[in-house]
Amino acid sequence: MGGNPRRAGADLLSERMTNKTKTNGLHRLRRTLANHMATGLAVLSTVLVVAPLVAIFIYLLYKGASSLNLAFFTEIPKPVGESGGGMANAIFGSGVLLALGSVLGVPVGIAAGTFLAEYGRGSKLANVVRFTADVLNGVPSIVMGIAVYSLVVMPQKHFSAFAGGVALGIMMIPTITRTTEEMLLMVPHAVREAALGLGVPNWRAVLSITLRTASPGVITGCMLAFARVAGETAPLLFTAFGNQFWSASLNEPIAALPLQIYEYAISPYDDWHRLAWAGSLVLIVLIVVSVSLVRYVTTRGVLKGAS
Amino acid sequence: MGVGIEVTNLNAWYGTNHTLLDINLHIPANQATALIGPSGCGKSTFVRCLNRMHETNPIAKVTGSVRIGDIDIYADSSPVEIRRRIGMVFQRPNPFPTMSIYDNVASGLRLNGFRNRRVMDEVVERSLKHSALWEEVKDDLKKKSGASLSGGQQQRLCIARALAVDPEVLLMDEPASALDPVSTAKIEDLIFQLKSQYTIVIVTHNMQQAARVAERTGFFLNGKLVEFDSTHKIFTNPGDKRTEDYITGRFG
Amino acid sequence: MDKSFGWLMLICALSIFGIVALIATELTLRSQITISKFGIKFFFGSAWNPVSGDFGALPFVYGTLMSSLIALIIAVPLSVGVSVFITEMCPRFLRGPLSFLTELLAAIPSVVYGLWAVFILVPLLREHVNPLLIRAFSWSGIFAQPDFGVGLLAAGVILAIMILPIISSLTREVMTAVPHSQREAVLALGATRWEMIRMGVLRNARIGIVGSVILGLGRALGETMAVTMVIGNSPQILKNLLAPAYSMASVIANEFSEASDDTYRSALIEIGLALFIVTILVNALARLLVWAVTRGAPARTS
Repeated sequence: MGGNPRRAGADLLSERMTNKTKTNGLHRLRRTLANHMATGLAVLSTVLVVAPLVAIFIYLLYKGASSLNLAFFTEIPKPVGESGGGMANAIFGSGVLLALGSVLGVPVGIAAGTFLAEYGRGSKLANVVRFTADVLNGVPSIVMGIAVYSLVVMPQKHFSAFAGGVALGIMMIPTITRTTEEMLLMVPHAVREAALGLGVPNWRAVLSITLRTASPGVITGCMLAFARVAGETAPLLFTAFGNQFWSASLNEPIAALPLQIYEYAISPYDDWHRLAWAGSLVLIVLIVVSVSLVRYVTTRGVLKGAS
Repeated sequence: MGVGIEVTNLNAWYGTNHTLLDINLHIPANQATALIGPSGCGKSTFVRCLNRMHETNPIAKVTGSVRIGDIDIYADSSPVEIRRRIGMVFQRPNPFPTMSIYDNVASGLRLNGFRNRRVMDEVVERSLKHSALWEEVKDDLKKKSGASLSGGQQQRLCIARALAVDPEVLLMDEPASALDPVSTAKIEDLIFQLKSQYTIVIVTHNMQQAARVAERTGFFLNGKLVEFDSTHKIFTNPGDKRTEDYITGRFG
Repeated sequence: MDKSFGWLMLICALSIFGIVALIATELTLRSQITISKFGIKFFFGSAWNPVSGDFGALPFVYGTLMSSLIALIIAVPLSVGVSVFITEMCPRFLRGPLSFLTELLAAIPSVVYGLWAVFILVPLLREHVNPLLIRAFSWSGIFAQPDFGVGLLAAGVILAIMILPIISSLTREVMTAVPHSQREAVLALGATRWEMIRMGVLRNARIGIVGSVILGLGRALGETMAVTMVIGNSPQILKNLLAPAYSMASVIANEFSEASDDTYRSALIEIGLALFIVTILVNALARLLVWAVTRGAPARTS
């Protein structure tokens, strides 16, 4: 630096900082104010976000719980004008559709997730598959419904539970793929290496050791997919179509919980509105249970071999 | 000019962990003071207490007094102004990657409300000159981002950034430990030059470094300040046996 | 055995591409009639007349875009606010419960949101909020009579509530990915907490935040059931945000099963195809931006 004794910021800053205390003080006040305002806005935002959630839950409990009785789970809808009845056929129908969907969605999804985590890990192909699965998860479900309508309903010339199952199954695949991959990635390397070190062939190691270790996570991941898909209405609108009566045939339209909720919600009958609230409560409980389970499994380290 | 630092009965905790026990020392103005000691001895914690960075951890607690010049730094509840007056350079260079070199150096100025272009240009240039980085970046000030420089250059950029807000004290927490020997030598040269205008406190693992740059050295062990004396004395004729053991490498 | 197992996994992974291809081909195939009949003008025509066979999708494009825009205007500041609060300001013990709550919000089915919106939100807007808006802004024509409660604003509000969790959870992810050293660097210069958040966190995360906003947009564009229940189902293009409108997803949901002839159905499927392409592009862009910031760590599935 030679003959330059002045500090870098000196006589430009120090004087302003100390001499012009008035402007400095004012500026400090402004900064403190800005800091407090930011905190206030952040808190306000949080309250505004949490409030609708709490409101929705409260309303669901309030309006839904009173309508939840045994009849809800055992009876089918009564004709218009008669009170009572239930959504038994819709619950059953949702179960059938989920079962159908999982026949397609679960094996393919788990296998794809296994590929991403075990066989193709880090490869370019795996990255593209993962990326595409994430993008697929963002495609509106009604589009899936149209595609399945075109693929299954149009050739068959009628709506069916089968078509609904296909739609739900296709929707499950990207979700289960990603959750399976995430869960498998949590299994520590040591577990895999131990298996391979014992001379177990790779496919065996993956099936019996890795997947088994990750199974609580994989299963809850599937549950999450079920919960998400169980609440979907749009893809069923023109595949399963809905049914006011009991149906167990795969070739006929079938009722589903969200479909029924939708139809009742937009109807003009108070009784049906009650049933819609009750049905929503059932759906919400299902979802809260699944989300909580997934959280429990992933955060408590159940996967790392700890029990 | 720099100011001296007076530390009285300083105690620090992380939760229930008592990390600093009754530290008392006087750091002289316009000199470089080195703090040495094994890993976990509390020297980094100590330095972070000097600019109130220790309290950014929610479970951290501090008692005692630290006076920098004539200011008790814990008197005001807000640490903002104190941190402006005490610059800090971290172990790993941490320039702002989304900002140009110019904006990095000027960031502290902008925070303090300076808008005058001419003033900022001058301060940026002087800061970069004082951190021996000007010649290497003067043509790319606004074109290159802070993160596009080499490790040693990034650290000098961080020094320039700290100098730009005109601190009186410069705290350096192992500033060269992540750098190659050539960059390390450049940083040490810098400390020599900066000494005349700032009070420098440097934490280092490297005893040779302490011997090279600092007039006084403090030896920390298990949260206590074991010995604090001129560097020459510490390294040639330490008063405490523990210091001697550490210097001669009996534990590390 | 090992090889064939690996092949099996690979084929299942490739099914992801298969699904995309399936949707693309089926939709394109079944909308040929109106594609060849109207061409690109399909999306600029504002007459939707199934009886006469004249189909123009502009009202639906307008409704989708406007409701999504309203949703973004409401949701983005709130999401960023929540994320800032949870990651930087919140006491430790609240962090878990709050993020759990937002995760729950994301999992509520669209039809349940719609139910709540029909019976709680719409009356609330119609009786308490809209009159105020009309009183204050009727000069601009953006908020004016008639006030039915259902319309673009109601759709925008329920959409905002629905996309809030996804924007905020991704924003939180990118904010948490900013290294602690950046925060310390700003604080050491003498910054207030808000200045530290602004300069040290938000600035570094801004690309990812843009990505999460775009992801929210993608979700809003395709949202069907809740919007259908509150948008009013009237294919008109009006400046008045309180007037009933129609979205692309809603018209498909409402009219598809009634579509009596092939042209009608083809028109609806073409709208679906447009929705498919747009949401794919928007989602891809969003994921790329988020990936650029979090460097390929497995993204959340929701």
